[in-house]
Amino acid sequence: MASSSRQPEMAVPVMDGAVREMGGAPMPLVHPSVAAMLELRRAEEGPEWLATLRDRAAEAFARLGFPTRRNEAWHYTDLRSLAELRFAAPERGGAARLPDGVADAGAPRLVFVDGAFRPDLSDLDSLPDGVRVESLSSLLAMGGGEGRLGALADAESGTFVALNTMLADDGAVITCTAAPEAAARLHLVSVGRGGGERPVAFHPRHLIHIAEGAELTLFDSALGEGAYLNNTVAEITLGKAARMTHVRLQAEAATGFQVSTVFAHVAEEAEYDSFVLATGARLARNEVHATLAGPKAVAHLNGAQLGDGARHVDTTTVLTHAAPNCASRQTFKSVLSGASRAVFQGKIHVHQVAQKTDGYQMNQALLLSPTAEIDAKPQLEIYADDVKCSHGATVGELDADQLFYLRSRGLPLAEARAMLIEAFLADALEAVRDETLRAALAAATAAWWARAHAEAGA
Amino acid sequence: MPAVAETIDTVRDVTQGTYKWGFESDVEQDIIPKGLDEDVVRLISGKKQEPQWLLDWRLKAFKAWQSMEVPHWAAVSYPPIDFQEASYYAAPKQTVAPKSLDEIDPELLRTYEKLGIPLKEQERLAGVAVDAVFDSVSVATTFKDKLAAVGVIFCSFSEAVHNHPELVRKYLGSVVPAGDNFYAALNSAVFSDGSFVYIPKGVRCPMELSTYFRINARNTGQFERTLIIAEEGASVSYLEGCTAPMRDENQLHAAVVELVALDEASIKYSTVQNWYPGDAEGRGGIYNFVTKRGACRGVRSKISWTQVETGSAITWKYPSCILQGDGSVGEFYSVAITNNYQQADTGTKMIHLGRDTKSTIVSKGISAGHGQNTYRGLVRIMPKAHNARNFTQCDSLLIGNQCGAHTVPYIESRNPTAKVEHEATTSRIAEDQLFYCRQRGLSEEEAVGLIVNGFCREVLAVLPMEFAVEAQKLLAISLEGSVG
Repeated sequence: MASSSRQPEMAVPVMDGAVREMGGAPMPLVHPSVAAMLELRRAEEGPEWLATLRDRAAEAFARLGFPTRRNEAWHYTDLRSLAELRFAAPERGGAARLPDGVADAGAPRLVFVDGAFRPDLSDLDSLPDGVRVESLSSLLAMGGGEGRLGALADAESGTFVALNTMLADDGAVITCTAAPEAAARLHLVSVGRGGGERPVAFHPRHLIHIAEGAELTLFDSALGEGAYLNNTVAEITLGKAARMTHVRLQAEAATGFQVSTVFAHVAEEAEYDSFVLATGARLARNEVHATLAGPKAVAHLNGAQLGDGARHVDTTTVLTHAAPNCASRQTFKSVLSGASRAVFQGKIHVHQVAQKTDGYQMNQALLLSPTAEIDAKPQLEIYADDVKCSHGATVGELDADQLFYLRSRGLPLAEARAMLIEAFLADALEAVRDETLRAALAAATAAWWARAHAEAGA
Repeated sequence: MPAVAETIDTVRDVTQGTYKWGFESDVEQDIIPKGLDEDVVRLISGKKQEPQWLLDWRLKAFKAWQSMEVPHWAAVSYPPIDFQEASYYAAPKQTVAPKSLDEIDPELLRTYEKLGIPLKEQERLAGVAVDAVFDSVSVATTFKDKLAAVGVIFCSFSEAVHNHPELVRKYLGSVVPAGDNFYAALNSAVFSDGSFVYIPKGVRCPMELSTYFRINARNTGQFERTLIIAEEGASVSYLEGCTAPMRDENQLHAAVVELVALDEASIKYSTVQNWYPGDAEGRGGIYNFVTKRGACRGVRSKISWTQVETGSAITWKYPSCILQGDGSVGEFYSVAITNNYQQADTGTKMIHLGRDTKSTIVSKGISAGHGQNTYRGLVRIMPKAHNARNFTQCDSLLIGNQCGAHTVPYIESRNPTAKVEHEATTSRIAEDQLFYCRQRGLSEEEAVGLIVNGFCREVLAVLPMEFAVEAQKLLAISLEGSVG
């Protein structure tokens, strides 16, 4: 069956013809920006396995190029605005300070500036027992990382993974053996610094391993200023009965680009619980590939994406049930104002061995303006019979009855709308159990709403 | 049907098993040599004595086709088709055009009788008007006179080209353009016949219209075209059935159906697709690559597609509605079954352009054996479609652990006042349901048949009566051997 192994190439408008008003001009095959990226590659001084890995990635990147809308996985996200730019490699070192907007997660903090680890800005004094942290650059410098770098993220799987594999020189390497009682927490901060002559591109690679029975809460926040591309890849493995709570806040600069690809490998009885709030970036793509690899593994992929202005936010998930008796839950909400556009693509892929799978996915979008757009593609691909899988999707504006109810109680229209939107978002944030982190996300949500509200008022 | 006859029928169905429409008729055929080039297009057009504009249209389509690539995005796999290995025209030999049914080759009539469409009887029973398409040409259209009395035109496509060229020229390719997609372009270049329906203003078609498609000749493809036009306030219900002989090689069926509904017109198009699905090992069967699309051009117009897809080795079809007129309505009700090695990638597209447009999609997919069944659908709300509504329900049922069921909906909304709801579920037949039926004395196969019929009831309920009975039996037969 062809579809099990590869995405169909062609997308809807050409399904059997029909309306093609949305088609864009195809990009040339060998794009100059691909060549520019290839030039950024430095001579490899590391061990042979690394050189081979980088060579293969460069080869894959050159071959794949930047995906166009003809690529099914990128049908709704047009990368021309990104591919037009000639990115430079960021300058390393130099003075930097932690921006004001960094939330206090009440946890030891690892700070990356333009993708490079900055011990001077980090705060690792109170690192809990059982949590080991190092930077990828130092791991590679010591000749380590073989078998771990690229264990889950195959450069062939896509342009941005290939690009990251080719150029990644730093990132967080986290190993957690802390028992659940230790309530280990960590905060990962990424700061992007644009504003130079050319926009910079950085490619952090995080390698995270939660050992058997261990538990970690990781708060991952990204912000910045100016024009840059943050192309992060994270490879996360959870051992037997391990647990990870992964809360992410994407609040990149309004002129920045973010492409983030997370690979999570969840072993028997382990649980990966993720929440992503996206409020920033000119164009952002959050791609999560979670594989339930052992019986009774669980994955929660939740999130909210908030659009305003002309921003483009894309959430793409691939949840693979590769073992029996696993459960997955996904809930994503989008709220869009201005001329923003959101994309949600979520696939539940159930292998033939994955009997007794319980998969559920819900995706809801609220359009607040006549120029906003939502494109959703929830997808089920099922090869086992004893399964219970469902997905749902709704798109609409605020409920007229609810608005009427509030107005009949004397609330002005604007206030009534604000209240309902707040409720819709609060509902999404419910999935975050950690109160400190939920408060941090709520603050980011409020900041977005202030922007969107001003836009609606203008 | 009396109980005894029903039992005998069931026993025969079960013992003969599988595909009872797989016979081949020995009719003298006029087949052109294999291969496809511009000359073949000219030859087909010439055989049909077509006007120059139609030949030009075909040639334009052929040119477009030559520059197109075979689509690969559907979740179906098959070896590449050699388009030069098939013959693009096969017609029952007949020197003079038949004036009445009496002049038609008796062997041909017997074929249709075996298929359960006794044209002669049907003429007598006040029932359904039938246009039967045998391989590439339309052989008989019943009830012409009665329909003509109210101004309804129901004839073969070729006749329409000669007798109503202004209508054909105006609407042909207006919904599915000649270069729309690979298989539609191929059809536009080489189509040989099909049905044409025109319902004049304010007329409710007095009977259901029906076309029966039959592929008989070897190494041919069938490329028919259907065009239905419902003028202001007109309404029509149209039924389509299809069968083909059992053969080890695959045959291509690439049809195009275009529907046009003007102000307050309504068209209901029902299909029971039972092309030969191939044998239990997946040898042979029809490649059913069809483009069906309806345009709701007028205000408050309505187009409703209902399909029961049990046949074909591979199905690739997306009956769609372009909801252009304000307040227009599109519906898609579908049951698709894949058993053995069948593959189906089917669904719909609802393009909402006008305000207050409404669409409903109900799709039931059933996979058994090694079957792969994909629902692929698009709901697109354009910026001017204020207050548009869509509701979509896709359910999949899996029988056995070697099959697959997939759901790929695309939802695009660019209007905040529009409301789109989509729901999909995948499950298997519940043990307790099976147990309950078995405990009441039903065999496992009967129980599965019953449960599957219940699973599909929302779709079967909207089928015209004649089809509903046939469809229920087909469901049971299609699933034979899938349990126990």
